[in-house]
Amino acid sequence: MKSLVVLRVIAKLFFPLILIFALYVQFHGDYGPGGGFQAGVIFATGFILYAMVFGLEAAERVIAPGLLRVLMAVGVLMYAGVGFESLILGGNFLEYRVLADDPVGGQHLGIALIELGVGITVAAVCIAVYYGFAGRTPE
Amino acid sequence: MCSYHMDTGGKRLRALLPLLVVVATGAALIYGTLDMPRYGDPTAPVHQHVMPAYIQETPTEIGVPNVVTAVLASYRGYDTLGEVTVIFTAGVGVLILLVARSRKNEKENRSE
Repeated sequence: MKSLVVLRVIAKLFFPLILIFALYVQFHGDYGPGGGFQAGVIFATGFILYAMVFGLEAAERVIAPGLLRVLMAVGVLMYAGVGFESLILGGNFLEYRVLADDPVGGQHLGIALIELGVGITVAAVCIAVYYGFAGRTPE
Repeated sequence: MCSYHMDTGGKRLRALLPLLVVVATGAALIYGTLDMPRYGDPTAPVHQHVMPAYIQETPTEIGVPNVVTAVLASYRGYDTLGEVTVIFTAGVGVLILLVARSRKNEKENRSE
């Protein structure tokens, strides 16, 4: 792979663009097509491209497998945490309108937080599964 | 010779039985779709039940322009929490199968 200069340069150029596009899809989900599921997968493709071109070890220096395992759980816990937070504030489970002073603001905040949780879990799972397959030792 | 025939006959029956079950299940499912409303029919129950309320109340209640996001993240938030849990569980399952096995292989290679 080390001799493929064009591939390496293009991959390096695309890596930040893919991540920015993923963040756009993540945070634009309220207004257009998008949301946590799609953004997480797009975010993961950036790292998968990086790992395919520069090698698994280089990618694991950017995001360590141990960190991914933590992030997988963080996303789900964040989602459930929003639910329990709204329970504590006196609403029903995942009733976002109690999260802020006005109900619509609470809905915005709740949707943004749970979509972020979805994105974190989906991205971490996709990258971790890729690491798992790419790091297999031939039997 | 006779036992040979019975063996192949048994094998053929064993292969035909799952096919029969699949065909019968498929036929039952297709029969079940026959009295479903036409695709895209506005009078279908799915468009009469909660969907008008979602479309009408999203701008005032949720305040986001994307009704799909409002349904997915807010009205059906509990369902989406389950979906994320499914993805998390699937990821954990794949990691257990792939990473735990490759670690075991590494240990065996080292001890050899």
